[in-house]
Amino acid sequence: MKIGIPKEVHSGEARVATTPIIVEQLIKLGFSVSVEAGAGKAANFSDKAYKDAGASINKSAEKLWADSDIIFKVRAPEMHPKLKVDEVELLSKGQNLISFIWPAQNEDLMNRLAAKEVTVLGMECVPRISRAQKCDALSSMANIAGYRAVVEAAQHFGRFFTGQITAAGKVPPAKVLVIGAGVAGLAAIGAAKSMGAIVRSFDTRPEVKEQVESMDAEFLMLDFEEDGAGSGGYAKTMSKEFIAAEMELFAEQAKDVDIIITTALIPGRPAPELITKEMVASMKPGSVIVDLAAEQGGNCKLSEAGKVVIKNNVSIIGYTDLPSRMAAQSSQLYGTNLRHLLTELSPEKNGEIDVNMDDEMIRGATVIKEGKITWPPPPPTLSAAPKASAKVEDSSAAEPIKEKKPLLPASVTQFIPLILGGSALYTVGASAPESFMTHFTVFVLACFIGYQVIWNVSASLHTPLMSVTNAISGIIVIGALVQISSPGFMITILSGLAILIASINIAGGFLVTRRMLEMFKK
Amino acid sequence: MSQGLVTMSYIAASVLFILSLSGLSNQETARRGNYYGMIGMAIAIFATIMSDSVSSYVVLIIALLIGGAIGAKAAFKVQMTEMPELVAIMHSLVGMAAVLVGYANFIDPTSALTGVEKTIHEVEIYIGILIGAVTFSGSVIAFGKLSGKISGNPVMIPGRHWLNLSLLVASIWLCTQFVAGAETGGGTFSLLIMTIIALAFGVHMVMAIGGADMPVVVSMLNSYSGWAAAATGFMLNNDLLIVTGALVGSSGAILSYIMCRAMNRSFISVIAGGFGTTSGGPAATVEGEVVEINVSETTALLKDSKNIMIIPGYGMAVAQAQHTVNEITKLLNGKGKNVRFGIHPVAGRMPGHMNVLLAEAKVPYDVVFEMDEINDDFPNTDVTIVIGANDIVNPSALDDPNSPIAGMPVLECWKGENTIVLKRSMASGYAGVDNPLFVHEKTQMLFGDANTSLQAVLKELQD
Repeated sequence: MKIGIPKEVHSGEARVATTPIIVEQLIKLGFSVSVEAGAGKAANFSDKAYKDAGASINKSAEKLWADSDIIFKVRAPEMHPKLKVDEVELLSKGQNLISFIWPAQNEDLMNRLAAKEVTVLGMECVPRISRAQKCDALSSMANIAGYRAVVEAAQHFGRFFTGQITAAGKVPPAKVLVIGAGVAGLAAIGAAKSMGAIVRSFDTRPEVKEQVESMDAEFLMLDFEEDGAGSGGYAKTMSKEFIAAEMELFAEQAKDVDIIITTALIPGRPAPELITKEMVASMKPGSVIVDLAAEQGGNCKLSEAGKVVIKNNVSIIGYTDLPSRMAAQSSQLYGTNLRHLLTELSPEKNGEIDVNMDDEMIRGATVIKEGKITWPPPPPTLSAAPKASAKVEDSSAAEPIKEKKPLLPASVTQFIPLILGGSALYTVGASAPESFMTHFTVFVLACFIGYQVIWNVSASLHTPLMSVTNAISGIIVIGALVQISSPGFMITILSGLAILIASINIAGGFLVTRRMLEMFKK
Repeated sequence: MSQGLVTMSYIAASVLFILSLSGLSNQETARRGNYYGMIGMAIAIFATIMSDSVSSYVVLIIALLIGGAIGAKAAFKVQMTEMPELVAIMHSLVGMAAVLVGYANFIDPTSALTGVEKTIHEVEIYIGILIGAVTFSGSVIAFGKLSGKISGNPVMIPGRHWLNLSLLVASIWLCTQFVAGAETGGGTFSLLIMTIIALAFGVHMVMAIGGADMPVVVSMLNSYSGWAAAATGFMLNNDLLIVTGALVGSSGAILSYIMCRAMNRSFISVIAGGFGTTSGGPAATVEGEVVEINVSETTALLKDSKNIMIIPGYGMAVAQAQHTVNEITKLLNGKGKNVRFGIHPVAGRMPGHMNVLLAEAKVPYDVVFEMDEINDDFPNTDVTIVIGANDIVNPSALDDPNSPIAGMPVLECWKGENTIVLKRSMASGYAGVDNPLFVHEKTQMLFGDANTSLQAVLKELQD
């Protein structure tokens, strides 16, 4: 089948749905690829690079749309500025479109696409299950947005991120607060941290504490018990009391930090307002706020979508096209997500796709199947983890019944070995002759020496230890040596044999140990 | 040589043996320790030969020379991957020697003990032969299992605990019969029967133990061979034998304990054999999809990483991949990457098996770390390469209380950024437990023979 990659028409959009590297991989899967002339230009991929990778270049957008079986896009279809026609109109029956769609916000677009009797897969609709992570374009774009947010902040911030002590004086490190430790938040934490800033983070979901701390950032805790984890790994709306406590924390932090990056989003709702006018006013002059939720209304009261505004000497960045500002990187990641999805769609790797609605992941991503709207999908079943824990609960509930009462209380049982050992020693001591007792003394002391010595042996030398003790236990040869001169043919035979095999042990054990230890040289 | 001198030599030998074992506490002194052991052994043998109790030399010297030659040959010929087998078969020799010495002592007419001393002496003979025979047959079976001549699966005879118990009772009864018979010059028959029972017990005991528990078995047999020597020492009133036997015996016992602790299992449950007999409910089944990776993607990932961890398992020994691993390590180190090795105490088939293989391949030992030293570093690791290991990297040991290996400390490689697992196929490990690591979101599988795959990676890294 033929994959068509049109040039993105949204103004300012620099990304492209595939890169030359990915073209090669798509061809390996059995597809042919056609790219609209200039599609990758804004992301610094030349037509020649695509051509060298094996794609054909199509000058006409109209023709490209008409000829392709599968269209890969970044943005949802919209009015084509040059052709003066909506991209939806360029589709025809039986074609497949894979791009961001946002069906919840774009009901009209969905209806028009359905009328065209095409199949549409929405990249943002890929369910959040472990298996589908490789296709999760939202995460890969959020990752870039998080990184870029720090870069943008750095540009508007008048100081170093890292603290320095120079001949010209001491520079304090920048303090960065990241609100919302999702994919974007974590990426921002990582980027800010690696530039040397002091990073703090807050999230309503307590389970991300560990992730934040694993990035070496400080997780801010509220003195308040409430779990903010909603379904599918996203956050949910919190109670009033919680929000009050949270706002108090932010107000306090705003006075202290230099840069605030907000990434708080709740699916299907306007972004929660976290940074008020007063907080902005309380920030130090020259501070920066990056609002990654500007498109959905903004986490900061004063942010404006798509713009940088300066209020009270604080730069508030409301860019909504952060991934596009790193077009080469985001095209590569988005294209790889698309390729993974295509691999799932084409299990045979024969260049044909099969929209298998029994596959949970494909089912979730498919928003229109041959003209029928299939969005929203049935709620996703989460992967193995909850099931397993349910099982565990079952068995733990069953356990108390199984448990048997010990015959004796623990306070008594712990003395049993002592009592047994003591009485055994008493019996031996009472009946054994003097000569035995001397040997026994030697024996017990030797056991203790062995105990002390062996615990010090390095674990990496356990094998040499075994072979050297093996050689040493060949000392049994002494037993045979003292007997061989006793009268009697049988004794000579038995002792001779014993000497023979014990000396195999001695020679073999010591020499192989030596060989091994030679290898342990630095 | 006077008796005083002989005793003094024995004391010197004992001290040298202790120094030998304490020398193994680190790599620098280990070689010196081995030489102490050799000197101690030479002194002990020389003093004994020179003592008054030895008067005929022909058989003695011939036997020493032949035995020494065979041992030396075996030591130079053996492959490092075959070390567990060699150690096992050597244990059997000690056991065999203990049996022979016991019998020789029993039929020795020169003994002139009476009363309680005679009874004690006979009990010592009896116990010496018993331990020797169990060590012998057990080690032979262990050798068979390790070299693949006998299937590694545990063989469970129904009612085996009762069988063991009845064998024990029979041995005690035979002991009383033997002591009574020996008073009147008989007892040979009881001794023979006991030897057969002990041999059967050794076979049965090791047959019931699964392949994954082999490190415990090998160290346990090591311990037995020591006790056999100690028992022989009691029999012959020889303190050197007692001291040495006790040293070896406690060494093996501690090793067994360390191995058991590394698997979070009690010594009794390993010896009783079988696996999974203690779990409370059904273990959680593993669901998810395996993500494959190919050689060039592996290479690319390695090139992009800074901190690399390698976890070798028995699969590395089987594929003889240690030399390739070393080449890759050297190459990556040369590129300024931090390559380290994480070794689980029970990786391989005997204690310290992996360390020896890596040392053979000349991996510097200061980049080889134990589990406890390295487990906290996984969150900072970019790539972990698991070579032919399974149970020692199984997250369900920590997460799933119903897993047969629940509670066993494992190398927590899934906490790192990426894990690449080299494996021949999707078969489960020796413990027969599914491994959720293989379907973990951060894990990618590189299927195929470990050595072949790594050779290919090495080649691409060199390009």
